[in-house]
Amino acid sequence: MSSERITTTPDGKTDAEQPRWRKDFPIDWPEDNLVARRDFTKFMVLTSFAFVVGQFWIMLQNFFRARRGEPLIRRIAGAQEIPVGGSLTFSYPEDNHRSVLVRTSENEFVAFSQECTHLSCAVVPEVERNRFLCPCHQGIFDLKTGQPVAGPPRRGLERIKLEIRQGSVYATGIETRTA
Amino acid sequence: MKKPFTREQKTTIVYGILCIVLVIVVLQLWLLTATMNAYLGGDESIILPAALASLICFLLNAGLLRYLYAMEKK
Repeated sequence: MSSERITTTPDGKTDAEQPRWRKDFPIDWPEDNLVARRDFTKFMVLTSFAFVVGQFWIMLQNFFRARRGEPLIRRIAGAQEIPVGGSLTFSYPEDNHRSVLVRTSENEFVAFSQECTHLSCAVVPEVERNRFLCPCHQGIFDLKTGQPVAGPPRRGLERIKLEIRQGSVYATGIETRTA
Repeated sequence: MKKPFTREQKTTIVYGILCIVLVIVVLQLWLLTATMNAYLGGDESIILPAALASLICFLLNAGLLRYLYAMEKK
């Protein structure tokens, strides 16, 4: 029996003769403290491994995103269908991805993803105040650049690349770098 | 021959290692959130270095844990 033990084991045998499981369920407090801290350290190392898995998962997602390439070119609307200061929601690049097109002046259009970069609520264009407003947490984005101006969002809205061809506005791709 | 550590000494070492592991894990958490933010913002340049840094942190943690169990066996 170890001289450091405060209490004896129930069967009275030596430490070496004890079953392995008993070492994880000590009887005296100092030993229990040691085992509890050691097991907590083990749990933290497992958490550390989980973070590494998360990092490599992001890397994998990035690999697949890079392989996907540019989305298809799609007609949104006729340029004359939207008045100056008016807006139109549309789906791009997929049907479940809502975006918004705004006519800021006679010859200028901007389009952004409608998903707020904070918690994905739909942003609403407020052309007269030159901004997009996220009504969930009062996030505000600049109307022309999509960059965050106030509130919780830290990243800009995804910009949809536009082209005007023969009087129609076309979505030609997505500018992902918004940080 | 070197004397094995007493239980008090072992507990002190475990506390020290636990503190280092906790600091590294917090660093990894920060790294993960920063990487996710960069990825969602379209910045791909930091993804690989961040993953490697996180892997190094984990290897350091695993090494410390290994030392802890080796110390128990002494």
